[in-house]
Amino acid sequence: MNTVIETRDLVKHYGRHAAVDGLDLTVEKGEVFGLLGPNGAGKTTTILLLLGLTEPTSGAVRVIGLDPLRNPLEVKRRVGYLPDQIGFYDNLTARENLLYTARLTGLSTAEANTLIGEALDRVRLTHAADRRVGTFSRGMRQRLGLAEVLIKRAEIAILDEPTSGLDPQSTQELLELIVELGREGITIVLSSHLLSMVQTICNRVALFNRGRIGLMGRVADLTSDVLGGTHVVEVEAGDVDLRAALDGAPHITGVTEQRPGFWRVDADADARPEIARRVVAAGGLLRTMSIRHTTLDEVYVRFFEEDKIHAAA
Amino acid sequence: MPQREGSPFTGLATVALKEAADHMTSARIHLVMLLVLLTAIGAVYAAIGQISQTVSEDQFLFLRLLTTAQEPLPSFVAFLGFLLPLVAIALGFDAINGEYNRRTMSRILSQPIYRDALLTGKFLGCLLVIAQCLLVLWLLVIGLGILLLGLPPSGEEILRGLAFLLASFVYAGVWLGVAMVFSTIFRSPATSALATLTVWLLFTIFWPMLSPLIAGAVVPVDPFDPMTAVNQVEVQRAIARISPNTLFGEMTLAILNPETRSLGIVFANQLSQAVIGAPLPVSQSLMLIWPQLCCMIAALLVLFTGAYVSFQRQEIRA
Ligand SMILES: Nc1ncnc2c1ncn2[C@@H]1O[C@H](COP(=O)(O)OP(=O)(O)OP(=O)(O)O)[C@@H](O)[C@H]1O
Ligand SMILES: [Mg+2]
Repeated sequence: MNTVIETRDLVKHYGRHAAVDGLDLTVEKGEVFGLLGPNGAGKTTTILLLLGLTEPTSGAVRVIGLDPLRNPLEVKRRVGYLPDQIGFYDNLTARENLLYTARLTGLSTAEANTLIGEALDRVRLTHAADRRVGTFSRGMRQRLGLAEVLIKRAEIAILDEPTSGLDPQSTQELLELIVELGREGITIVLSSHLLSMVQTICNRVALFNRGRIGLMGRVADLTSDVLGGTHVVEVEAGDVDLRAALDGAPHITGVTEQRPGFWRVDADADARPEIARRVVAAGGLLRTMSIRHTTLDEVYVRFFEEDKIHAAA
Repeated sequence: MPQREGSPFTGLATVALKEAADHMTSARIHLVMLLVLLTAIGAVYAAIGQISQTVSEDQFLFLRLLTTAQEPLPSFVAFLGFLLPLVAIALGFDAINGEYNRRTMSRILSQPIYRDALLTGKFLGCLLVIAQCLLVLWLLVIGLGILLLGLPPSGEEILRGLAFLLASFVYAGVWLGVAMVFSTIFRSPATSALATLTVWLLFTIFWPMLSPLIAGAVVPVDPFDPMTAVNQVEVQRAIARISPNTLFGEMTLAILNPETRSLGIVFANQLSQAVIGAPLPVSQSLMLIWPQLCCMIAALLVLFTGAYVSFQRQEIRA
């Protein structure tokens, strides 16, 4: 394996407040890595530290084997960045905006123009290439930002809240585009506070809470570690104590009664046939049963709830 | 601070050219330039009227074009002293904070350039615009002069004119520096514009009134000792020279009025051998303004360094 981003005991203080508090993070080449956590958890700060846009209070950062403070130009040449609140020069056209940053990365105008054409095509903005960015919608700006990362032909793309403010369809399109980039071998680090939305596209995620990583790993591993299962079966049944009925059943990791007659069953596989069999065998009335994948939101809530209880104890 | 690799000038030219192009097409600068052009033409036109009435024999007709005032209009030079800072302020007051407000800062600084390149590039871009404006203005005035006076400027007048151009450029640069410093300190362009305008008002309007007051308080005049009066005048001049406007005024005086022999107080005995009213050669006039010019350039560098230091320490978020 090939580590492209590594932080060791990274700390960033603002005054006495620790925005990032002892971060150990590794990202492998070609991964799609998610930095997930609620507002103020320290995701943006972490990203700024990775890019060398702020200095850490202590700790070390390595990006493609380089220190972003010592070799900022080399790091910034090879890493593309989509800021969370992206802005463009409103009085310039999309093409002019891209040309400016392309010139800053050291491309010649001719080279830049071909790359800009391809990139705009890819994010489907060709029709608006010569319109002033002032007239662009939020989603178009977001896509334009992604085009900028494409033009840079970066090895690593760091995307801060790429889907914030987008409607469901644009979100889906953007996520597809990101997956596509990942498939081409670009390492992608993205942050989001919408955990369930990005869990589908991330190989690995880190769950942040108050400047620390609470959990890190593959989504499936996290859900089975924390909740004991990767699937949730919701069961509506009468005349039965499901907890007793499912006692000892294979694949079942937890049963909770959410309200009378409504149960939530955590499982590490699709356990519906077994549940149905046991409900009926116990003489219960099975009304409905639905299955879905466990979301990271549930993992997050559960994990940090326990964390809080531990902290309080 | 770790040692940095790579040149701090990567991207400098790109930033400077973009900045200059932005300004050349911006409505704000068009307005300010229109104002400057109109007042300049007005002042020169009025001066020509005055000159053609009173002139007898004059070796420096073209220079008179710049310095002659006809009531109620001030001279071209006085206008420039007043308006050039405004041009510089209009160019520079939102140089850095505008970038934050458009949320383009982090996007630009995540490109492989140093912050130095952004700041210096913006500064150079603005200076480029100022230089271009001054050159246009200068050529325009000379053109008007040739057209309306019917004779070309002499070689010496051209030389003095060029020196004047340089002095105006540096003067505008100082005010650009002030505007840039405030644009890095304050996040809101309105605040930085107000702060710069406050400094400008202070130096343009209040400084000439304040400097005698301060001098009077620092060095009171003893009616029985005439030297104290001389001292007070010296101190007052020193205080007045803190203002770039004073320095610019002195420079234009020495360059455009070749008869000027000194920018300080002169005693009668120092003039004993002098031919009063005889013009100095260009080289001597330039010697006269040398200290002022150096002070202005130094001020410009100090201001730039101030902006640089405050910008380097800033957190780039947004
Ligand atoms: N310049 C600053 N000065 C002081 N505190 C700051 C500064 N910038 C960020 N913080 C604090 O650092 C913490 C982490 O902020 P950060 O922006 O990294 O959060 P985030 O995870 O990106 O949140 P969001 O999802 O809202 O973008 C927050 O508590 C914030 O208040
Ligand atoms: Mg953020």
